[in-house]
Amino acid sequence: MIKIDPSEITPKHLYLSRRQFIDSAGAAVVGALALAACKGNVPTVTTAAPGYTGPTSDELGAPLTSFQDITNYNNYYEFSTNKESVANLVTDFPISPWSIQVSGLVKDPKTYTIEDLQKFQPEPRIYRLRCVEAWSMVIPWIGFPLHKLLDDVQPTSDATYVQFTSIYDPKNMPLQGSNLLNWPYVEGLRLDEAMHDLTLMVTGMYREDLPKQDGAPIRLVVPWKYGFKGIKAIVKIELVNFQPDSTWMQAASNEYGFYANVNPNVDHPRWSQATERRIGEVARIKTLMFNGYEKEVASLYVGMDLKKNF
Amino acid sequence: MKIQSKIFDQWFPILVHIACLLPIPWLILNAWQGNLTADPIRAALLRTGKIALELLILSLACTPLNNIFGFKPALRVRRALGDYSFLYTSLHFAIFVSLDYGFDLQLITNELVRPYALVGLIAGLLLIPLAITSFSPWPKRLGKNWKRLHNLVYGINLLAALHFILVVKQGVVEPYLWLILIIFLLVLRLPPIRHFLSGFFKHQE
Repeated sequence: MIKIDPSEITPKHLYLSRRQFIDSAGAAVVGALALAACKGNVPTVTTAAPGYTGPTSDELGAPLTSFQDITNYNNYYEFSTNKESVANLVTDFPISPWSIQVSGLVKDPKTYTIEDLQKFQPEPRIYRLRCVEAWSMVIPWIGFPLHKLLDDVQPTSDATYVQFTSIYDPKNMPLQGSNLLNWPYVEGLRLDEAMHDLTLMVTGMYREDLPKQDGAPIRLVVPWKYGFKGIKAIVKIELVNFQPDSTWMQAASNEYGFYANVNPNVDHPRWSQATERRIGEVARIKTLMFNGYEKEVASLYVGMDLKKNF
Repeated sequence: MKIQSKIFDQWFPILVHIACLLPIPWLILNAWQGNLTADPIRAALLRTGKIALELLILSLACTPLNNIFGFKPALRVRRALGDYSFLYTSLHFAIFVSLDYGFDLQLITNELVRPYALVGLIAGLLLIPLAITSFSPWPKRLGKNWKRLHNLVYGINLLAALHFILVVKQGVVEPYLWLILIIFLLVLRLPPIRHFLSGFFKHQE
């Protein structure tokens, strides 16, 4: 064993300055970060996308998240678990031609191309998006209510749930080659949730075609549920008579439930859901029941124990 | 394997100090330029936490580097690495309390009781006595107990990795890789393995 005198290890002038440094560095760095964060917090006209002339806030007065942030901070595990990497990885992902098959318990099963979907007249809708990871955005989507599509195929009286499936394309979606999750991604809604007017099939954002990293060419957005319910790159919609087993339920059923309604009173088993950080802002804000859509959707869950059916 | 150069011996600790400090201006620059992702506070939290963990693991690597590979300069920076790890841990905690939770005591206590936060808090608190006693006159004053006290760093390393594991979503493998590295570095300390490996590498020279 080699013996080393303690004084040999760190020269005295170094450790003395280091000790002072530890005292002051903390305050200095936090202060500098606070300044930097505040600098990014000033809402400006440039937060919108070029050419966007629509409303700049949601119905509660919250300003839209910038196009830059919406397109560079994406949870899209088919491409990467790193939210900043997704935008660079999607460039070669082919989304045209694309068709979406609607089948199962319906009177009139159909396959639509993306162009066909224009007949449902996509419209702008500003929704809050609350991620289960406790951050949120305000996004000006363009889409049409799912009920227009469902009415077109006419669910039979046996249909009770809707199951959505993403594309399986491991050649172009690098992580589909791994067993990170069970691929392809599957999500589901109860039929009455799917028929709700807020439930949106999204094809655009900020008056542009939907960017690939946000789920192009077509994705689901259910604004009162956590973001992971908003399945991306959908190729199949099936009307079924059982509760679909969603991908995140398969991965961790104790952490991610079927309903996944935004609820500040029901915490994720590992972290609180009481607050969230709005991307672009510094201070945390209180999370609203059903993400602020309580008036519109609370009636769907009357008599249900939302702690059990999380 | 032995590096005898006097210049290297002189410069190695200084380079380590510079390397340990550089992430701070780098972080501030990134924050200032708006290059800290769409969620800069979370990014700053993750980055300071990760640097704290990496430095803690590096401090754990110093002893095997000396014992097995005969890289003696590692011992001269071991304590500095631990102290810098404590510095980044303090920053990590300060950002959590101030920027992330805005000094809201109710929110902070509500969060601190969760397993991920509790494990991190314990790891951080355990680092405090080690950071304090890493400076003179404590090593001499504590004598044999100094080493006993500083053996806590083994457990702190494991807690730090567990803290990271508990905070990520399913499927994120990175924290598990750090945990494997820590276990590997701890296994290298087991006397039979240490003796075998140091004999093996001496034989190679």
